[in-house]
Amino acid sequence: MATEVADSVVRESDLGFGEEAIRHRKELLECIQCGTCSASCPTAYAMDYTPRKIIAALRADQLERVLRSNTPWLCASCYYCTVRCPAGIQFTDFMYLLKRMAVERGLHPPGSPALYQAFVNTVDRYGRSAETELMIRYFLSTLNPLGLIKLAPFGLKMLLRGRFPLLPRRIKGRRNLARMLEYIEEKGEA
Amino acid sequence: MAYTYYPGCSQEVSTKAYNLSTWAVAGALGLELVELDDWNCCGTSPSYSLRSLSTFALNARNLGLAERHSPGCDLVTICNGCFGIMDKTNRRLAEDAELRERVGEALAVIDLEYRGSVRVRHLLEVLVNDLGQETIQEKVTHPLEGLQVAPYLGCAFSRPSGIDDAEFPTALGDLLSWIGADVVDYPLRASCCGGILMMSDKKEVALKLVHNLLADAVRRGASCLATACPLCHLNVEAYQGQVNARFGTDFSLPVLFFTQLLGVSLGLGREELGLGTELVSAAALLAPHMT
Ligand code: SF4
Ligand code: SF4
Repeated sequence: MATEVADSVVRESDLGFGEEAIRHRKELLECIQCGTCSASCPTAYAMDYTPRKIIAALRADQLERVLRSNTPWLCASCYYCTVRCPAGIQFTDFMYLLKRMAVERGLHPPGSPALYQAFVNTVDRYGRSAETELMIRYFLSTLNPLGLIKLAPFGLKMLLRGRFPLLPRRIKGRRNLARMLEYIEEKGEA
Repeated sequence: MAYTYYPGCSQEVSTKAYNLSTWAVAGALGLELVELDDWNCCGTSPSYSLRSLSTFALNARNLGLAERHSPGCDLVTICNGCFGIMDKTNRRLAEDAELRERVGEALAVIDLEYRGSVRVRHLLEVLVNDLGQETIQEKVTHPLEGLQVAPYLGCAFSRPSGIDDAEFPTALGDLLSWIGADVVDYPLRASCCGGILMMSDKKEVALKLVHNLLADAVRRGASCLATACPLCHLNVEAYQGQVNARFGTDFSLPVLFFTQLLGVSLGLGREELGLGTELVSAAALLAPHMT
């Protein structure tokens, strides 16, 4: 039964990361539902579904509900669940996969990936992350310039201590880097 | 023995004291660092949250450059985030032949290859294991006697890398005790600071985590926190004001990079250690230990 559900999830996930999803069959098949991950998770209290419930929901074929939930976006990547799981399940990596699947299918809660996208755009363009540009892009993308204004006193303090970057740094090989990333985009991430 | 040095993006400006003090301390201890030429951002968790292959390729570019320019040298980073994703890249490439091939094809586009020979290290672990207690203590001129330090390591130093205990890592406390500090017993030392969530729409959750970290450090008598990661550092230092506003507390706890504290014990000066750039001043705290 569990195998069938896992297979159906894996088949369903064939939207560009099918093979990667197969690596994660273990999470669905070998989880003993002990709840150690949920009890260890520092952000579980704010999640729509705790880590253990995410696995239970996927076994019950509720992939879309999982992808629409806020859970993956509350993962702080602390790896407590991973190192404590008695079944050796790498749940943190699974959260990353769910984020990618939610974005690929456009099912994520509105706004959640905005910061990540702003970050990645800067890295892809310059080869480095630049905090000023990152924050501006992030707030513009969430259409919340007020957030930027609220940040100003904080930014000012950092600026006074020489800790706020005014110009993005660029690497020499940024054109090369862009070519490599374009190649991957053409070939597909999976 | 030389090491290839990967500073990581936040060291360039927002937490540049970490980079400065790393160079100063390495010089004083005779640790030879060669900065990786034209390194790119590791992408860290935001990139891995959105795409898998590109993230591994970004990191393989750095690893490939390190392998080409300094064969046989370990790659040393000072950021838990950079360390975690570079270490993950190495592991995944070693275990997954297909991924290796696809990353190899991407690197070929820019005439680069990576054969998997570069070991990724965290500076703290290098100091503790490669230099060791005796070598470091020999150079200590200003032991940090009486300074109550809570060692805060955060997540990705030992999880899932396994370079130290996953729950109660000891490297930072050990190093601080070698240089004479009074190390505060701090069970939350590997707990999460919220990481990137602090900058996202999930800030509330991160503020609460930082509140817990600060409250426990203060309760246990710490007069400062030592960190080994720029993101942890930013969260526990720069957001104290917002934590106070949110929880009605009045935290004003200096936070220092472990390299700054080590530098002070080695008799290095304020400027070369980037002291004075902190938002919660540590000047009064460190004055008795500096000449
Ligand atoms: S800790 Fe592991 S086995 Fe237990 S519920 Fe979580 S994933 Fe399943
Ligand atoms: S890695 Fe994510 S899901 Fe796992 S315990 Fe940490 S925050 Fe929770």
